[in-house]
Amino acid sequence: MEGTTDRPPGDREARLDRLREDAAQRGAALEPVAGYYGRPLLKPAIWTWEVPAYLFIGGAAGICAVICLVAALSANPGLARDARHLAATGAALSPLLLISDLGRPARFLNMLRVFKPQSPMSVGAWIVAVFCTAEFGSVAGHLLGTFTGTTIGRMCDAVAALAGLLLATYPGVLMGATVIPVWNRFARVLPWHFAASSLGAAASMLELVGNRESALNMLGITAAVAVTALAVLTDFRRDPVSKPLVSGSSGMMSVVGDAFSGPIPLVLRLAVSLVPGARLIAAAFAVIGSLMTRFAWVAAGRESAKDPELVLRSPSR
Amino acid sequence: MPTTGFFTDSTVCIGCKACEVACKEWNGVPHDGFAWTGQSYDNTGGLGHSTWRHVKFVERVRDGAMAWDFSSDVCKHCEHAGCLEACPTGAIVRTEFGGVFIQPDVCNGCGYCIVTCPFGVVDRRPDDGRAFKCTFCYDRQKAGLEPACAKVCPTQSIQFGDLDALRGRAEERLRELDARGITDAVVYDPRHTSVGGTHAIFLVRGNVTEYNLPPDPEVPTTVLRTAWHAAALASVSLLGVIVIAFLVGGSLLAP
Repeated sequence: MEGTTDRPPGDREARLDRLREDAAQRGAALEPVAGYYGRPLLKPAIWTWEVPAYLFIGGAAGICAVICLVAALSANPGLARDARHLAATGAALSPLLLISDLGRPARFLNMLRVFKPQSPMSVGAWIVAVFCTAEFGSVAGHLLGTFTGTTIGRMCDAVAALAGLLLATYPGVLMGATVIPVWNRFARVLPWHFAASSLGAAASMLELVGNRESALNMLGITAAVAVTALAVLTDFRRDPVSKPLVSGSSGMMSVVGDAFSGPIPLVLRLAVSLVPGARLIAAAFAVIGSLMTRFAWVAAGRESAKDPELVLRSPSR
Repeated sequence: MPTTGFFTDSTVCIGCKACEVACKEWNGVPHDGFAWTGQSYDNTGGLGHSTWRHVKFVERVRDGAMAWDFSSDVCKHCEHAGCLEACPTGAIVRTEFGGVFIQPDVCNGCGYCIVTCPFGVVDRRPDDGRAFKCTFCYDRQKAGLEPACAKVCPTQSIQFGDLDALRGRAEERLRELDARGITDAVVYDPRHTSVGGTHAIFLVRGNVTEYNLPPDPEVPTTVLRTAWHAAALASVSLLGVIVIAFLVGGSLLAP
């Protein structure tokens, strides 16, 4: 044998030390990593674009159903009709998006073979099922136009409004009740975020299709204020768990989405007498911003799952 | 039926990966790619949809020399299992042996179990669409056999049997090691957390975090109550805000 094997062990250690020193000087030394070679401890969600798209569409549709009911009660059939049509469009798209995200779409009905209150996914599936059925009944009833038809339609409007409130808020529970650190930490905030963001999107959509009720402007202002406040609560804290909400591509989406659906429409709506058309520009910003925040939260969850340190070092709740 | 468990004693593991192979063979698990990780002799990486046993290779310096600690990882089969609670189809069930089992004929691949597992065990197989993880060899247990990994383990690092007996054996082993001067061994069985203990317990040397074992795994259902409270409050607020907006700015209650 020749070469390294007949060197004394001490020599080998000295060479290793020289190599380490050299690497440290060149800045090539590896930082010690958390956990097992820094490998992710958690698995990220496998959700593709359909889920954030659904979170946006379903939430806005849910709030449209509530606005539809209140508008109908306040003798505003025009706004009620527009709101109903938007809600029904969302009700038609939501199950399609959710089913296409399944690994086995043909088995989507398995969602309705049990009802599990301890599973937000199960509760959510039932909320979607009730909402879609009610919206179908509402549109069909009002299309029929007869006394019976309209009565059924109005009853369905009420059911859809109740289901719509839950449709806009349950995604916060769905994401909060997971092990993904950034979602789990904000389990209490997420339902409010989804509620505010959906409210802004719904009111803005109704304005964009031609409604000018001052109530919609008020809702737009309320939503923008709430989104801004909630963004401050989640994004700007010295907590490593918030990092994907402010840095990287998910952080970029999150910050821009929050700005588009919070402060920008707020300022535009308040400046409506100074800038002509400010209301519609504000509405467009709010809709785009709301959609962006959905993608941002899902992307932030993906980043959050990559960091084993959040799980290994975080103190138990 | 007795509650069965795994006790993986990493102090006698030789890193042969026979458990990984036996698991794949018995359960017909497909390959999941081949890559040099550069992380010791571990080119498996971690548990996943097509890796239900995974041998970790932890490198360290002990007594001035390089030392290897091997530990065969597996689904923990939690007492309070996040995946089982979260499954919206009822595909994930608890078997008569106490294990957590995904019924492949019911799973529709929604993926919610993946983000509710505090150990990052479950994953969806892309070309199949369903979620997969260790079955605790449910079929073998039904036939009175031990799981394939425990059967094949040449050093009895993976022990299978009655869970309570295994817990006793783990404590006994800890005392035995201590008597021999090996004082850095710990038993991993997080009974103090909301997971309520696991049906796969481990004895490892050093810090459990070096093995990516979370010191405080929590089942996410613990936040359900506060999250639903927030959702209910947000829903009521939404309704209130919309009604008020139409009262003030619209003609609600007007003739």
